Amino acid sequence: MNDVMIEAQNLVKRYDDFTAIDNVSMKVRRGEVLGFLGPNGAGKSTTMKILTCFTSPTEGSAKVNGFDITTDSLGVRASLGYLPESTALYTDMLVLEYLEFAAEMRSLSKDVRKRLKEVVEETGLGDVIAKPIRALSKGYKQRVGLAQALIHEPPILILDEPMSGLDPNQAVEIRDLIKDIGRERTVILSTHNLAEVQVACNRVLIISKGRIVADDTPEGLRDRAGKAHYSVTVQKQGDDAFAKQCEAAFKSVPGVEAARLVEDDAGELTYEIVPRSNDDLRPALFKTAVDKGYTMLGLKREGQNLEEVFRELTTGPAASPNNTKAAA
Amino acid sequence: MQRTLTIAKREFRGYFNSPAAYIVICLFLLMMGFFFWNPFFLINRASVRNMYDLMAVLLLPTAPALTMGLLAEEKRQGTIEILLTMPVRDTEVILGKYLAAFGLLSVLLLLTLAYPISVSTLGNLDWGPVWAGYLALLLEGGAMLALGVLASSWTENQLIAFFTSGMICFIFWVVSRFLPFIPSQAASVVEWLSFDYHFQDIVRGVVDSRHVIYFLSVIGFSLALAFRSLESRRWS
Repeated sequence: MNDVMIEAQNLVKRYDDFTAIDNVSMKVRRGEVLGFLGPNGAGKSTTMKILTCFTSPTEGSAKVNGFDITTDSLGVRASLGYLPESTALYTDMLVLEYLEFAAEMRSLSKDVRKRLKEVVEETGLGDVIAKPIRALSKGYKQRVGLAQALIHEPPILILDEPMSGLDPNQAVEIRDLIKDIGRERTVILSTHNLAEVQVACNRVLIISKGRIVADDTPEGLRDRAGKAHYSVTVQKQGDDAFAKQCEAAFKSVPGVEAARLVEDDAGELTYEIVPRSNDDLRPALFKTAVDKGYTMLGLKREGQNLEEVFRELTTGPAASPNNTKAAA
Repeated sequence: MQRTLTIAKREFRGYFNSPAAYIVICLFLLMMGFFFWNPFFLINRASVRNMYDLMAVLLLPTAPALTMGLLAEEKRQGTIEILLTMPVRDTEVILGKYLAAFGLLSVLLLLTLAYPISVSTLGNLDWGPVWAGYLALLLEGGAMLALGVLASSWTENQLIAFFTSGMICFIFWVVSRFLPFIPSQAASVVEWLSFDYHFQDIVRGVVDSRHVIYFLSVIGFSLALAFRSLESRRWS
């Protein structure tokens, strides 16, 4: 289960005076669901188009399922299913016709009818099978796109923003489907939705301005961003001296690095508490408050989340407001 | 080869999934009917001799209309991305698309067989020249379609593809009429390059291999260029 399915080495793609991706290398193993993360225009789609042989790299090489993308493009393409960002399908065809077309193009060896039935069931297309594609909602189109990528049971799936434009329910369904698929296959999916990555992927690659800036597990990335901190809210008793007293009390709890008052509002005092290590300080904080006779109104452990990591890694001097929006 | 046929089949069906093909066929047949029967009884002879010239002219807008969307529309809609990431050669894509257009042209020409058939009921029609005429039309139409596929590979805009290929076909067709104005040394070359020179010979019953090879070369050359143009996406 440790074999490398995709191996890219120093991929570079240059358009006239613009470098879309710059020295991208990666290894993806069987059974991995790799989240490919980055702001719009960072080079996600370009990388995917190179791996699917739609376009060629200016420099560098890559092997997909053991086939070289330049010398063995047919082998590469036979090994993968691809859902492009646009999900552009032949809108004049019926869903069934379209899937039959995909099956024929992929020259399925086994029983086509049976496989069609399976894939329709898997992607939940049963209700719309006889409808023209142009009449489908975005969510269903996305599923048809997924179905055509899955029909030949490829060992590798490359999905470019498979969940964009879907409503939350649809997104969850598609995400679960991808998770299922990822058990036996290798999946690369690009997105700028961090929640999706956290749930669906077991590895994350962050790309920014054409370069890979992080390659880690979702947990690893979160750890990298720094320790958790705590937010404690107590009821205000008396004057400002009480606030000072509270702050000192929390500071004296073992394992606390710093404590400071961040909000004093409507009789509630909120403190931010930074710990020294990753041990859970909540019991100690609670006990302290009880011992001192404070009325505790809230206690929260706030982990550094992926969004902040993402923003940190992908916003530089040239980052546009769009990038931050994509992250949020 | 299997995939070429799959693409051709899809494309051919696609023609009939939209009103476009019906409109083109209807227009073609309507114009045919009008221009064919109008002078027919004046001439008062059981001949379809002028039908081929007429059809060659009608093909000038018809062929580009059939091919304009083949690649341009795939590029505009983005459907080309899924198509070209399937295990299919670029040549198979081009050939499949071309075959679909050629299939529709064949259907169109088949429908016009109604003319020689009805004329044969009015008098004694010699069928030999009729088949020669149809061969000429298939070859010239086929060349026009290949040029149309080429133009469609250059752009994402169907209209631009239509006018580009229409113009190229028109030049190939019209150039033989300007021969008197061309210096005699160049004239023979230009004449040889024109559609009409070969077309008229075949229609007259001179089914010489030179003429067949000429049209096949135009088809082959255009499709090869279209293949190059499709392939160039990888390097741009």
